Amino acid sequence: MSAAPITGGDVPALPRGVRLQFNQVRGQWFLQGPERVFEPDEIAVEILKRIDGVRTVDAIARELAVEFAAPEAEIAVDVAAFVAELLAIRMLERREAGP
Amino acid sequence: MKTPPPAPPVALLAELTHRCVLKCPYCSNPLELERRSAELDTATWLRVIDEAAALGVLQISFSGGEPMLRPDIAALVARAVERGLYTNLITSGVGFSPEALERVAQAGLDHVQLSVQGVEDAAADHVAGHGGSAAQKRRLAAEIARLGLRLTVNAVVHRGNVDQIPALVRMAEDWGAARVEIAHVQYYGWAVANRGRLMPTRVQVDQAIADLASERARTAGRLVIDAVTPDYYASYPKPCMGGWGAQNINVTPSGRALPCHAAETIPHLVFDNVRDRPLAEIWRDSAAFNAYRGTDWMAEPCRSCERRERDFGGCRCQALLFAGNAAATDPACSLSPLHDTLLAVAQRDSAPDGGAYAYRGYARP
Ligand code: SF4
Ligand code: SF4
Repeated sequence: MSAAPITGGDVPALPRGVRLQFNQVRGQWFLQGPERVFEPDEIAVEILKRIDGVRTVDAIARELAVEFAAPEAEIAVDVAAFVAELLAIRMLERREAGP
Repeated sequence: MKTPPPAPPVALLAELTHRCVLKCPYCSNPLELERRSAELDTATWLRVIDEAAALGVLQISFSGGEPMLRPDIAALVARAVERGLYTNLITSGVGFSPEALERVAQAGLDHVQLSVQGVEDAAADHVAGHGGSAAQKRRLAAEIARLGLRLTVNAVVHRGNVDQIPALVRMAEDWGAARVEIAHVQYYGWAVANRGRLMPTRVQVDQAIADLASERARTAGRLVIDAVTPDYYASYPKPCMGGWGAQNINVTPSGRALPCHAAETIPHLVFDNVRDRPLAEIWRDSAAFNAYRGTDWMAEPCRSCERRERDFGGCRCQALLFAGNAAATDPACSLSPLHDTLLAVAQRDSAPDGGAYAYRGYARP
């Protein structure tokens, strides 16, 4: 839970008590935590779906760069900023990178 | 003319029981507490959970009273999880064994909100009206940490403990909370009966606002601190949820469906019961939900005010209490003709009086 800046090697994860779900009734994705309901946009959903406690920030950016045919460096900056924002409000946590 | 159906509710507050070991003098339950014999059975609650999910509800809060006193709590949580709802348990931490929480955690519970009455045991137990309660809460907090559940510590603040905000936040941090709720007492029901012992002074409220800001700065990035603001000394009222009948359904232990937990204080409202009508129908058609939906019901000064979609004219229950009319402007608003009356009440009731709390219980104060 350090306030160290996000690096490409960081591994973000959804902690227990935070859920990413597609709601069938509303036909929409939601990211939920205690007293919090976020409606992530399309790009945010694509990032969140890849946050699994295994992939690094760099790996997520690489996949999205391929998927959306966009420059990887730019996407990496966006992903890191997105992750940092959610870390600060405890909607994500940082996992130790695997061996 | 047919009005379009309202957007689905976001949250269901399931008040499973009014039974509770503690007797907090600001309890948000009504003065007439519902008895065990009147409580909905398991099958009805399971149906209500199914109906809520089908309606598009996203979060369910199991509350009370003390929801852990219901033997079927784990089964209800399991059903809510199965239906894809985000599940909150709002608990006092007293009157049940930590092992019972383990079963609820295993059912898939997302989040526990644990209330505290203060940082010193004797003072906290005095507010709760129950010896040993603070120690029991500490034990439950340890169990929550062991189970790896997400924790919010909820502290209701009033004249007797509002000076402890920094210490309360530190205690929550020690317990491993990710979120803290500092809730100034809201005055309806039991809290009105105890207003003369609970109302903070203006100096205390100003200090509380400063303390909150510095605690937020100190814990930024590791703790979320939410606050329910003290409105008696404010210029504008606190917003009524996201609007009356816009986001929340509250179901009482006996099945009455309310737009908000204090709505029963408005005597002319008629509430439907989930035993008689499906939740979707209640949400759409119930007179109580439609009474103050939108802004058409408003009178001046709210009607032409630019803040009307932001605070929805403030609290209907507070309007009723002071104006005798639930459709009036909340007197916490400086534009209300009754604003000075409210301020005078706050000033009068914040004076030290030394009286004893009227504790919550089955006999009215
Ligand atoms: S007049 Fe009504 S809408 Fe305007 S700020 Fe006051 S309470 Fe809110
Ligand atoms: S009517 Fe008052 S008590 Fe009820 S939700 Fe609105 S602000 Fe809160």
